[in-house]
Amino acid sequence: MGAQKKGGARVSEDPVEQGHQRLQAILLADSFTTKFRPVTLERPKVLLPLVNVPMIDYTLAWLEFAGIEEVFVFCCAHSAQIIDYLENSEWSSHPNLSVRTIESQKSISAGDALRYIYEQQAETSQIQGDFVLVSGDTVSNMPLADLIKEHRERKKKDEKAIMTMVIKQSKPSPITHQSRLGTDQLFLAVDPKTKQLLHYEEDKIDHARGSVCLEKSLLQSEPSLLLYSDMQDCYIDICSPEVLSLFEDNFDYQHLRRHFVKGVLVDDIMGYKIFTHEIDSSYAARIDNFRSYDTVSKDIIQRWTFPYVPDINFSGNRPLKLGRQGIYKASDVVQSRSADVGSSTVVGDGTKIGDGSRILNSVIGSGCCIGSNVVIEGSYIWNNVVIEDGCEIRNAIVCDGVKIREGAVLEPGVVLSFNVVVGRGFVVPAYSKASLLQQPTKEDSDEELECVESSSVAADLLAGLNLEMEARESDLGPDGAGYIWEVCEGANDEEWKHSVAPIPMDKVAEIIQAMEDDDDREDESCVPTSGELRSDADSINTDMNDPGDDDYGYFEKEVEGTFLRAVEEGIVVENVILEINGLRLSYNMESADCAGATFYSMMKLAVDTPHNSADELCKNAVSIITKWKRLLGFHVKKTDEQIEVIMKFEEMCQETAKELGTLFAKILHVMYEIDLLQEDAILRWAEEKAGADEADRVYLQQCEAFIQWLKEASEEEDDDEDDEEEEDA
Amino acid sequence: MDFQVVILAGGFSSNLVPLVSKEVPKALLPVANRPVLSYVLDLLESSNLKDLIVVVEGEDAALKVGGWISSACVDRLHVEVAAVAENVGTGGALRAIAHHLTAKDILILSGDIVSDISPGAVAATHRRHDASVTAVLCAEPVSGPSESGGAGGKDKTKKPARLDIIGLDSSKQFLLYIAIEAEIKKDTRLKKSILCAAGKMELRSDLMDSHIYAFKRSVLQEVLDQKPAFRSLKQDVLPYLVRTQLRSDVFSEEKTVEENGNGNGKNNMQSNEVVLSQILSNASLPSFHQVYESGLNSRKTHKCCVYIADESKYCIRLNSIQAYMDVNRDVIGDANHLSGYSFSAQHNNIVHPSAVLGSKTTVGQNCMLGEGSQVGDKCSVKRSVIGRHCRIGSNVKVVNSVVMDHATIGDGCSIQGSVICSNAQLQERVSLRDCQVEAGYVVNGGEHKGETFARK
Repeated sequence: MGAQKKGGARVSEDPVEQGHQRLQAILLADSFTTKFRPVTLERPKVLLPLVNVPMIDYTLAWLEFAGIEEVFVFCCAHSAQIIDYLENSEWSSHPNLSVRTIESQKSISAGDALRYIYEQQAETSQIQGDFVLVSGDTVSNMPLADLIKEHRERKKKDEKAIMTMVIKQSKPSPITHQSRLGTDQLFLAVDPKTKQLLHYEEDKIDHARGSVCLEKSLLQSEPSLLLYSDMQDCYIDICSPEVLSLFEDNFDYQHLRRHFVKGVLVDDIMGYKIFTHEIDSSYAARIDNFRSYDTVSKDIIQRWTFPYVPDINFSGNRPLKLGRQGIYKASDVVQSRSADVGSSTVVGDGTKIGDGSRILNSVIGSGCCIGSNVVIEGSYIWNNVVIEDGCEIRNAIVCDGVKIREGAVLEPGVVLSFNVVVGRGFVVPAYSKASLLQQPTKEDSDEELECVESSSVAADLLAGLNLEMEARESDLGPDGAGYIWEVCEGANDEEWKHSVAPIPMDKVAEIIQAMEDDDDREDESCVPTSGELRSDADSINTDMNDPGDDDYGYFEKEVEGTFLRAVEEGIVVENVILEINGLRLSYNMESADCAGATFYSMMKLAVDTPHNSADELCKNAVSIITKWKRLLGFHVKKTDEQIEVIMKFEEMCQETAKELGTLFAKILHVMYEIDLLQEDAILRWAEEKAGADEADRVYLQQCEAFIQWLKEASEEEDDDEDDEEEEDA
Repeated sequence: MDFQVVILAGGFSSNLVPLVSKEVPKALLPVANRPVLSYVLDLLESSNLKDLIVVVEGEDAALKVGGWISSACVDRLHVEVAAVAENVGTGGALRAIAHHLTAKDILILSGDIVSDISPGAVAATHRRHDASVTAVLCAEPVSGPSESGGAGGKDKTKKPARLDIIGLDSSKQFLLYIAIEAEIKKDTRLKKSILCAAGKMELRSDLMDSHIYAFKRSVLQEVLDQKPAFRSLKQDVLPYLVRTQLRSDVFSEEKTVEENGNGNGKNNMQSNEVVLSQILSNASLPSFHQVYESGLNSRKTHKCCVYIADESKYCIRLNSIQAYMDVNRDVIGDANHLSGYSFSAQHNNIVHPSAVLGSKTTVGQNCMLGEGSQVGDKCSVKRSVIGRHCRIGSNVKVVNSVVMDHATIGDGCSIQGSVICSNAQLQERVSLRDCQVEAGYVVNGGEHKGETFARK
């Protein structure tokens, strides 16, 4: 009972306060994402085989080894399958590690799960102290005991240190800005002395903006801080019980990082602090997507995860024999003499490999039947798969029970879910995902959902399938079975990012090109702002010392952020209106300011969207305006507000977005056409501007024809004003 | 060494009114009884850098400075004095003297530095990295003041200086980011590309720019030519170079070589040096610049390096009255190795042999009394500098102050934390606290606190 002893040692150091505190862990057996669909429609992610062993076994074996005594496995999707698996595995009666399951069907996020556990705990008080929070798809061999000790000691000194987060160095590719695990680049700011986490930013779509924002206050309070761009978040957290209650208090926290960590860092909740712990010699990774599935599998085969490697029995798996060049083979593999099993390959028991087949860098499960002259490279073939003669499989994942008929080809990045049949000679196009289940037609907008409809629905679907199958021709060739899922909209370009297949060269070239373009654009935007011009502007600002001015800047930034988020996440207009209105109240701004800021964000988006010509830019701008017309319209009701918008537009043209300058009249016209601007406003603007000096009238002149036309259209317009206008022009 | 040194000595700095005047440009302001410029010259001489260009704003000032230089160090150093128009900024000054610059690298110092950072070490670091620019940084709490104990008194309660934010790589050799404090608004934006290339960045806000830079001449001149709006080295040129260090397409390698060739016809020497610097830089691990370059063939990079001075080094710029007080205090106090005088072991002060002290007059520690000065009876001088040929009456108290040459102080005066410029006159029983008295001004009497006496 090694774990017990370790516990005992700790107690003796610190007998009074701690007593014997059991080392506990919460394991989330649900990732609350849809990245492994369609596979996860039929089987929970944690039970998917990773080098022929279910993922959860890696996590449990590591927790047990690290001295954890009690694990609460939180099941949600396919909970029955997980519970069933655990009951029949050796974990149910493990001497050192007691595995308990918590089941909740309603949770749709990690936040919900922790809230559920917290509520349960009130009744049963299961979680007694600090605990380790991991996901059921973690592969690691890092020691935890010292880390937990460190966390506890820190907690004793500083009540507010509620969480320790494990990070590991992993330099993302300079080109794709993606770590080898396929996760987005992470930016962390850490206090070099205390290791306190100060900033956490996951690089999402906005990496085009090319800069990290740090609060000024952060830099003022600390004489130095470390900024990392080469760290990977292992999603292994040592938490104090306060974490659970924080989730309970903030019922809108869903995601562990995006909401919880950000909340603690940004909103400064009760001064709580998060610390980091960097590991260097041990392994820790989370399987978050197909690419990390591929990477971690390779790491396991290369034995980085020792002792969790295929030739060691760590969870009741049957150890395979390790040969040279990293070839692991079960003892009863039937392999033809002429078959070539290359390096870094795992072949499970009972698998047959036919003549002249070539297998390289792949994992083959048990009970598979591989015909002759088959080529398998960099692929993951699970159990009981039948591959007929002459097939070619490259960088694909093939689930249990799949049948690939003669001469079929799987192009890189293909995922075949359970029991799919690929027809004779059929070529499955790259990155396609096939399943016997039809793609859920109504895409839930909430990406946090993993197959909540879960097993029962899946079963129903499967039952009705055979009939349906006959009625409808299969997507996978005439004698195949299964549907090719359509890539959901928007994710189209992203597919290569998270696939098992390596990133194709042309994609890389494309990104480099894009990067250079970005740089160029940045360059342009940099030049006028730097140098004397900016410092002058600054000094003027500080001289005036006008707080309102600054406030407006922040307000504008916030509105822009809100708007961009709305565009990215497709939030409905009503909600955006509400949010912006909320901002308006909190910044104490006028409706006209709102109008200006909203319009500014829209135009900025248009300018930031890549475009080749002015026409394209115009089109972009118009489409954005038309799309968000109601949002803008909400604030642009009165003439004053409309004038504000025009002025803002003018200002933008002059200062930040010169490209728009030439389009001023066009866009103004469009806005008039769709009733965003009334002629009254435009004419009043023209009047106001008429008296301005030459430089200020550039845009007025541009619109002259349009204004003229407006005037002629409205007969009430009196004549002398007309004359005045002409004189000025 | 093929280094040219440019000293930007400024003109009549408005920050220092009333200490500076038409007669005394900033560079000649006495610190412990010798012009501040002499500290920089001594510093350079100690590193054997003897070819200097002193750039002064304004013809008048240039004449004054030139006159002093020719009298003071004509035999030791080869100094050229160049006058440029006023208010052109550091960038403009360098543009104006561009035709004087021929060497491969240029060391630029501000003329108002009092420091013991070795310029030779900076130059060597610059060469070793084959850097485009090397900036010298030093730790914020300048060694002296914090240790001077009670000595500082009022002076010590200065506001925390506003410092720049500086991003360093993990080896603390490269400058990845710089934000001028005055320009930082609510948040700091860092370019991801540089951060990604370097992996880690340490952001420091406790380092002070010492206004000593080494530039590659070709790079500096190209930037100044291409960006006519750039006025200041620190605010424009340096941040620009740092920002563009990973895509320096403006500075093509061929051009650099060619210009070097034109420069002084020492082609062989130069190529040897290039090879040498390559060997040196290859000896260590490749910097992230090289790694980045190798990843993307089309990119060229240039290196922005830092030289971080040892914490024991002293460095302060004389750019405000407060700084003037601090410098004087430090040079006769904790940093007295800079003063160039030997302090008496017994009293830890310097009283010129020709100075005359009245009876019962005490001159305390960390004081300096210039040649031919007279101090009356029952006076007390503490932590102060008194210039040459000053006349100080009886019962006078001088604490934490600077009295420049030829000042006259009447009986019963009390002077604390003040600067009395040359030829100024204090009549009897004047009490000054934290005041500045312009050269030649006559103060009539009474108590004054925090005032500036100057003719309108």
